[in-house]
Amino acid sequence: MTLQLDALSVLAPDGTALFAPLSLTVQPGEVASVTGPSGIGKSTLLAAVGGHLEPGFRLCGAVRLGGRDLGGLPAERRGIGMMFQEAVLFPHLSVADNLAFGLAPRHRGRRARRGAVAAALEQAGLAGFGPRDPATLSGGQRARAALMRTLLAEPRAVLLDEPFSGLDPERRDAIRRFAFDTIRAAGIPALLVTHDAEDVRAACGPVLALSRATDPTGGP
Amino acid sequence: MTSAHVLRAVSGAAILAGLGLPVLLGLGHGLAAAFGHFPAIGAHGPGLQPWRDLMAMPGIGRAAALALWTGLAATGLSLVLALGLVAWVQGRDRLRALRLLLAPLLAAPHAAIAIGLAFVLAPSGWIARALAPLAGWDRPPDIATTGDPLGLALILGLVAKELPFLVLVLAGALTQIPVRAHMAAGRSLGYGRAAVWLWLLLPQLWPLIRLPVLVVLAFSVSVVDMALILGPSAPPTLPVMIARLNADPDLQVLLPASAGGVLQLGLLLCAFAALWALARAAGATGRALLRRGARLQGADRALALPVLASAGTALAAVLALAGLLAWSVAFSWRWPDLFPAELTLRHWQATGRWGDTALASGLIALAATGLALVAAVAWLESADRLGRPAADRWLTALIHVPLLLPQLSFLTGLSGLMIRAPLPPLAAVIWGHWLFVFPYLMIALKGPWTALDPRLGRSAAALGAGPWRRLWRVKLPVLLAPLATAAAVGFAVSIAQYLPTLFLGGGRVETLTTEAVALASGSDRRVAAVHAVLQALLPWGVFLAALAVPAVLHRNRRGLGGAA
Repeated sequence: MTLQLDALSVLAPDGTALFAPLSLTVQPGEVASVTGPSGIGKSTLLAAVGGHLEPGFRLCGAVRLGGRDLGGLPAERRGIGMMFQEAVLFPHLSVADNLAFGLAPRHRGRRARRGAVAAALEQAGLAGFGPRDPATLSGGQRARAALMRTLLAEPRAVLLDEPFSGLDPERRDAIRRFAFDTIRAAGIPALLVTHDAEDVRAACGPVLALSRATDPTGGP
Repeated sequence: MTSAHVLRAVSGAAILAGLGLPVLLGLGHGLAAAFGHFPAIGAHGPGLQPWRDLMAMPGIGRAAALALWTGLAATGLSLVLALGLVAWVQGRDRLRALRLLLAPLLAAPHAAIAIGLAFVLAPSGWIARALAPLAGWDRPPDIATTGDPLGLALILGLVAKELPFLVLVLAGALTQIPVRAHMAAGRSLGYGRAAVWLWLLLPQLWPLIRLPVLVVLAFSVSVVDMALILGPSAPPTLPVMIARLNADPDLQVLLPASAGGVLQLGLLLCAFAALWALARAAGATGRALLRRGARLQGADRALALPVLASAGTALAAVLALAGLLAWSVAFSWRWPDLFPAELTLRHWQATGRWGDTALASGLIALAATGLALVAAVAWLESADRLGRPAADRWLTALIHVPLLLPQLSFLTGLSGLMIRAPLPPLAAVIWGHWLFVFPYLMIALKGPWTALDPRLGRSAAALGAGPWRRLWRVKLPVLLAPLATAAAVGFAVSIAQYLPTLFLGGGRVETLTTEAVALASGSDRRVAAVHAVLQALLPWGVFLAALAVPAVLHRNRRGLGGAA
């Protein structure tokens, strides 16, 4: 399934465009990167693709997934997973329950669901972490748990909002590689926004720079 | 000892002596009297006679069950509706508008809403009048719409008052959790809004709103004024029954009344236990369901149900207030006319009927609020100067004691103590109001006070301003808006008090609330309406002033705009 952005832009409540219209096609198993100065609206771009725009913001252009226009679909019906910079594990649930919350409903039966969660934890190097309070995890562990939670929902595309920028520089590389490998293995298109050149290099996919809507040259 | 320590000691002692001690004494005296020990009226215990007398009262079992049922139902319904309403509004970013919309209902006293609702619901009220042409009623139908045996009208009245309160509480709690991030994370996993609320937000909100929900439950199980007006009558709810015993001229009846107060406390503990068990069961069931991963995308449409029910409740409350206004100026209003045929200001012009009462209400409220404001500021300021957290655990616990106990359980004992050591009635009433004004004022003021930028005080100190100058010239002016709001909250709480006036005033102090409740059962709706309208207008006026005064004084100070 391909993710296509077609002349996509976001209008702020006052009607001004945040960035120049953007077109991009991401193939399955590919990680595309969008870069740009902070404050230009990289996160807003992802919110627009995922269906999480704040009230008042409007989307111009089209988002297509497998040829289907997602415009007007609520976030929960888009099948687009999202990974945030802060990992956003739910603090009132154990690590295993966080993953179980993500696991797609087509897996039925308590035993099967528990098994799927345990396998995902194992794959992320978190075997035995299931009953833990997410607050006791390190940054890297949180990022991996959040990634597994996102993928267990079996999304048809993934958005990554600077998911590695909060991590220790030493661990960042290994977690990044794990994330990109896992996404490629899942065979879904991924869109990464970042201002880290290392992220872009490791993603090995198409790269696009966001530019201000008023900047006619396009690019910083 | 520094001045800060003195301030701390004085304010702490005043709060302890003024709030903790009397509640404890009242409770203890009530407990002793419940077991037959009440030397002031010649009873020496211990004995079980008061309990036998209480249990021998006709309908006592049903009265207790009614109190439990109406209280639990009203609290549960208010909570569900408030959650549904906030969940629906939050996605639309209209929380602020909703709070503004609900403010008038929040400030209107329970008794005023109850009297107004009685006008709307009664067989001769607005709803029946609207239906009369369709149903062909040529006189008011013979249906028990208020005072129905199941207490449904009482539940509606309680929900109309507690729903706005819980919405406000929820709106405050929502700012403490990352709602947007969790909503986006949950929806990107395929869950609908309603599912995110049930599984992600509510479990995180619950610890933050549990205490206010318990306050609502305590109030609803123990309410007297609203139950007198809207509740069933044969038998009434337990609190009404006990309050009537307390009003009996025969002092010996105070013994079973005290036992009733203790029973009321036991009833409330049962209600707390029921809520606790329910919350535990809901949490366990919720987690079990969550592990199954059902996305419940269709459940979002079900949110319309609580929203519609909330709108219906709010509409009933607005109609109630409009009904009060209409009756207060009605000259002749025949069945089945929807509006009075002739209007008159006669009831308003008869100032002799309501002038002194309104003045007394206002003065009592001003005095109680002023004292509470001084105590709160003294305590918070002493905490600042000593570098302690403003919200000491024991103080937080202490101010919730009068809100979590049934008023009857300790007011009965306190009024019993008054027989021996009589305060002047007016002073006793002011102090009785302060018991409830201070906690609410403190709750309203604590947040903004602790949120004040500490650098302001440090800058002033660096410029050579001493602690008192910093308080007067920097802190209090900057905090003017939240101080005014907290004072308005306190004023509204005082105006709404019913039992403290009744029990501590010894029948010699009349406020708008006691008058309105007394008149509500009488024949003249018009005079009752005048009192109820005044009862609602006074707090509204003070709330408007609380908004207007800082807005005018700070009109050229944009940095203070968000201080409230």
